[in-house]
Amino acid sequence: MALLRRSETVIAGILLLAMVLIGTINPAFWQLDNLFSLMRSNVIIGIMAMGVLLVLISGGIDVSFPAFAVAAMYLTIKGMLALGYNGVALPLLAATLMGLAFGAVNGFFVYKFRMIPLIVTLGTSAMVRGFLLGVVGTSMININKMPTALIDFARTDVVSVTKADGTTYGLTAMVLIYLGLALAMHLMLRYTMIGRSAYALGGDPEAARRAGFDLRKTIFFIYCVAGALAGFAGLLHSGMIWLANPRDFVGLELDVIAAVVLGGASIFGGRGSVLGTMLGVFMLVMVKNSLIIMHVDTTWQLVVVGLIVIAATALSAWRDRRRAA
Amino acid sequence: MKTQMNIRSLTNRDNNIVQLLVMTVLIFAVMTALSPDKFLRYYNFESITYIFPELGLLSIAMMIAMLTGGIDLSVVGVANLSGILAGVLFHKMAGAAGIADSSILTVLLGGVIALGTGLVAGTVNGLLITRLGITPILATLGTGQVFTGLAIVLTGGPAIVGFPTAWAFLGNGKILGLATPFVLFAVIAVLIAFVLSRTALGINLMLIGTNPKAALFAGLKRERMVLYSYMLTGVLASVAGIILSGRTNAAKSDYGNSYLLQAVLIAVLGGTNPAGGRGTVLGITIAVAALMLLSSGFQILRFSNHLIDFIWGAFLLLVIAINAYKNRTR
Repeated sequence: MALLRRSETVIAGILLLAMVLIGTINPAFWQLDNLFSLMRSNVIIGIMAMGVLLVLISGGIDVSFPAFAVAAMYLTIKGMLALGYNGVALPLLAATLMGLAFGAVNGFFVYKFRMIPLIVTLGTSAMVRGFLLGVVGTSMININKMPTALIDFARTDVVSVTKADGTTYGLTAMVLIYLGLALAMHLMLRYTMIGRSAYALGGDPEAARRAGFDLRKTIFFIYCVAGALAGFAGLLHSGMIWLANPRDFVGLELDVIAAVVLGGASIFGGRGSVLGTMLGVFMLVMVKNSLIIMHVDTTWQLVVVGLIVIAATALSAWRDRRRAA
Repeated sequence: MKTQMNIRSLTNRDNNIVQLLVMTVLIFAVMTALSPDKFLRYYNFESITYIFPELGLLSIAMMIAMLTGGIDLSVVGVANLSGILAGVLFHKMAGAAGIADSSILTVLLGGVIALGTGLVAGTVNGLLITRLGITPILATLGTGQVFTGLAIVLTGGPAIVGFPTAWAFLGNGKILGLATPFVLFAVIAVLIAFVLSRTALGINLMLIGTNPKAALFAGLKRERMVLYSYMLTGVLASVAGIILSGRTNAAKSDYGNSYLLQAVLIAVLGGTNPAGGRGTVLGITIAVAALMLLSSGFQILRFSNHLIDFIWGAFLLLVIAINAYKNRTR
């Protein structure tokens, strides 16, 4: 019975229902290559969603991570080209650290000046994007210039299947990275003091302070991790699409926030789980991809995502108020 | 005499206004020093009076949402959707004479539709926030997306070009030698200032923003007042949309994307407390003027738009830091 009351179970149920519905309208949905490509689309949004989940649990919000992701990605690749370096681990580390540094700025303003996170992150987002496009450059780095090691790394498959006509398709190994990060986040949130302090902060900052949590450490940690995950995901993304576009990720914050809220995280802070978030991400990616399969005009995408955000937040608000009452 | 008294009482009440004025004068002086021949031209100031009202109205709208500790991230979406719906109507109603010569009745109908869009959009926001209890950030983030999405669905992507002459007059005409949008802005600003400081609605909003719990116990109708404030925000956003589409003779789903950040920046810079309870139309007006001078100066100095975005963002963080510092020493 307890299992049925968990929001993850409800989300999983809705997800299954939606899959059956989409599959009935267009059976192509169930083909293995479509499912593989769906999972592939989960990776980047999913990794970013882990950061946003952490921020939402702490009662904050972050709209700057797409800007951080694109800046970390573009600067790293520019740097690799300038140095003639061709590798994977070091650049990924560099992008992650860059994201972490940007995140620290968010943390500093949120903690030091007690400013509403939305306004802080709007500001840092505009600064980072403005700097990137205004100072670093606006030109795309195409496949012919992209570092080959990065592309080779990102095109690794876990399983690959050969179709009857000889073409092959596979499930990208990046899914494993996503799952690994999700597991790490889950363990961190569940079993470490810093993870619990994020929940405490989101539940009630004053109570958390009096209980002896170090809020400064917690807030810095949260925004740094969100930034670091965004930086990592940004570079991974450019490896997966073989392209570094400094105008990438515009408007992605809404998709990711929608996915996290859809996954049962409370908009008031203090509640949320990794499993729920992963289900939410899958749901959002699936709905967006399936609009095309279901022959819905792509111009409707924004409307649909917006409606999902509203519906998911309304449900979350309704659930949390009932619980509080 | 009387105005002098007013200014003094004003500065006593809120020294933020004085700081803003000092900042405006400073910006003015620096820009004049950097490129006197181009910055001081009459044309430069005239063009500012045409662009200023859109941003000014959006900023006032943002300020009103912030009064109760909320925020409205859908203002730009509402503005664009209003302009586009009016544009669609004009294109549908256009007779043999063409769109430019649409009858006054058609233009009035377009105005009603645009303002109605703002009212409906604001009502939706207000209901989501008060009835369903969604946090203002997420509610308006979602609706903003829906409004922009509907705008894309209606236009299919490209801009709707061509508005009636009478409509364009609202955006780039002149009344008594002054830019029409500027006159419109002045009238609306005075009206809103009156509503906020002299009517029950305004005072209720300030009280609710200052202390929601006390306001509840004092028997204020919180839900209704917050709903009204978002309706007002929506209507103001649609007026900005009318002016924008009139000035550019076009309406598009992604016009004015950077206005959102600027409206938040101006609201905060103009002395609005984003946690609620404090904000004045006068502060916003001076802040818009200051930032308009700043951005026109940078444009004359040939800074790219991206760099100007960077400066906006840096300015916002700087203002936050300064405000925090001021509050600590007080």
